[in-house]
This record gives sequence, C-alpha cells and structure tokens, in this order.
Amino acid sequence: MKVSIITGLLTLIICMVYSCQSEDQIEYMRYYTAGQDLYKTKCQNCHGAQGEGLAALIPPLTDSVYLKANNAKLACYVQNGLKLPILVKGKAFNGQMPPAGLSPIEIAQVLTYVKNSFGNQMGLYNVQQVGKDLGKCD
Amino acid sequence: MKFITLSALSLLLWSSCTFTDKSSTILPIYGSREPVTKTVNGKQVTDTLYQTIPDFKFVNQYGKTINRKSLDGSIYVADFFFTSCPSICPIMHRNMLQVYQTFKNSGNIKIISHSIDPSHDSVPVLKNYADKLGVTGNNWWFLQGQKEATYKLAESYLVAVQEDSKAPGGFVHAGYFILVDKQKQIRGTYDGTKPDEVDKLIADIKTLQNEPANMIAQ
Repeated sequence: MKVSIITGLLTLIICMVYSCQSEDQIEYMRYYTAGQDLYKTKCQNCHGAQGEGLAALIPPLTDSVYLKANNAKLACYVQNGLKLPILVKGKAFNGQMPPAGLSPIEIAQVLTYVKNSFGNQMGLYNVQQVGKDLGKCD
Repeated sequence: MKFITLSALSLLLWSSCTFTDKSSTILPIYGSREPVTKTVNGKQVTDTLYQTIPDFKFVNQYGKTINRKSLDGSIYVADFFFTSCPSICPIMHRNMLQVYQTFKNSGNIKIISHSIDPSHDSVPVLKNYADKLGVTGNNWWFLQGQKEATYKLAESYLVAVQEDSKAPGGFVHAGYFILVDKQKQIRGTYDGTKPDEVDKLIADIKTLQNEPANMIAQ
C-alpha cells in the first residue's frame, strides 16, 4: 500500500517536471514545423533547400555570424524585402529580395526555422519579439 | 512442368530487360511532323519531315550576335527566364548550373537562356548575371532580342511565355528545359525546377552524345 502511494506520487512529480520542461519545447517545435512549410513555399526557390543560396546572386542563410549581428532586422527584411547591398560570408550581395507577404506570426515561424537550420542555433523567435522588431523597421 | 514455367518466366524477364534497355538509348523526336513524298529513281518515296527550331537572331551576354547557325554541330538545352524573376528562375538556374558544370569541358554541348524581359535585361545586365552565376566562356549564352521574336520562338520550343501584370515579376512562364539535338529537333522536355528531371536531362544529353549520326538522319 505504502509502496504504491510513493510510486504514484513519484510518477506525478515526474509528469509535472516533464510537462513543464516540454512546454517551451512544444512551442518551439510548433513554430519550427510551421516555419519549415513556409520556408518551402516562400523562400526555398531562391535560398535553396539547404539554405545554400545561389552563387553570387542570392545570399546563403548559413552565415550564423551575420544572422546574429542582424538579428533584430531580419523580421523587417522578410516583411519589406531588401534592397541594400549586404555582406554575407565575406561576399557582397546587391540584388533585391521581394517582400515575402507573410503575417507577423508567419515571420516568427519562418525565422525560427531559418535560425535553427543550416547550422544555425538561435532558439525560438516568438511573435511578441517579431512585433517589437517590426516596430523598429526603417 | 515447373522447369518450363521457370524458364518461361526468366525468358519474359530477360526480354523485358532488353526492351527497356533499348528504349532508353533512343530519345523520341517531339513536335509536329509531316509526310513528304519525293520521287527517287522513278519511285515514289514517302519520308517524314520533323519539326525543327526555326532561325532567330539575338545578342548574347558578350554583345555578340547569335543565330541558328551559331548552334550548328551542338547539342543544346534552351530555357526562358528573366533576371529579376522572383519565382522559379533561381531554382531553374541552380539546376541548370549542374548541367553547365557537367558538360563545361565537352565542346559540343551548349545552354541558351532566352530573356523574356529584354527591356530590363540589357547586355550588361545579362553579363552581370552570368558573372554572378559563375558562368564564363561560350558554353552558356544568355540571349536577348525583340520581345515578340522571343515569344514567337518560345512557341517552336513548345513553351508558353506570356506577360501578366498579376504574376510575380510581371511574366508567367513554364520552367521547362528543352533538349535540342544537332539536327535542331526537340528530343526532350524537362521541368527545370525538379532536380530528378534535371538528372534525367543530364543522362539524356549523354545518350544523345552517343547517338550514331546515321540513325539521326532517318
């Protein structure tokens, strides 16, 4: 009797701890999976299935240093497109990126995917943060 | 009895193998065809005339005039694109780069990419595009000319090209790669946005390279 109570309690504690931990994990996975689908339809044609870009025409998405340095601007680039010349992986790119036509939640999802694929590991980028970053677009 | 069934089965298997093998070594000839009746040595002979790519005159990324004759003796792949294309062109040319890399050093294979937006894609714009793609030499030409002439030529390649202000970038076009043999006959069409179809194109080019000259003449 005593043993079964202890076992039951222990199971309950383990379950609680596990669900607490995975709450963030589940949210991250939700963003990441939705972002993966959006990436395929909105970004992959140009940036490639492996984020490899296209020669000197389209920049790759594999430059973690660039992504970290421009973290707060990425949402604006996705929303409004990009015309400025940028330096990625030591190469200058001066083409134009068209606006992606995505809502803030979709921007959060697709950027969560990009920031955690192709060798990047930057964690969840949620819609609240996207809202703040979009408020600071040029 | 068992032996007969088994041998019949193996025979069937063997014949099916040789059949697929044979069909893969000869590529079909596409387009319209018409019978031509000639009199040879007093006898009536009916021959088939296959559709070929008509003459054209465009300018490449080096500012040099290119026409039908410039492709004499070459197997070539044609496509239609524009440099500011936001939809399927990047993926087409990512795949076309693979074709380019594969046959860069075999002299008789060429690629010609026709711009369907010549008012934007001037010679310097095309040169810049080629440079950034890493294309040098004369294996891959980016051509521009009169818009009407390009659109009309697209029809001979069995490709639809159209201007449409509602489409992304202002044009609708299909991302097809068209394989043309030395006789200027269409031998294959491939969806340039799909890597597996581009692999097939590369295999088919190799098949064409090995095609004996007397067979093509038929």
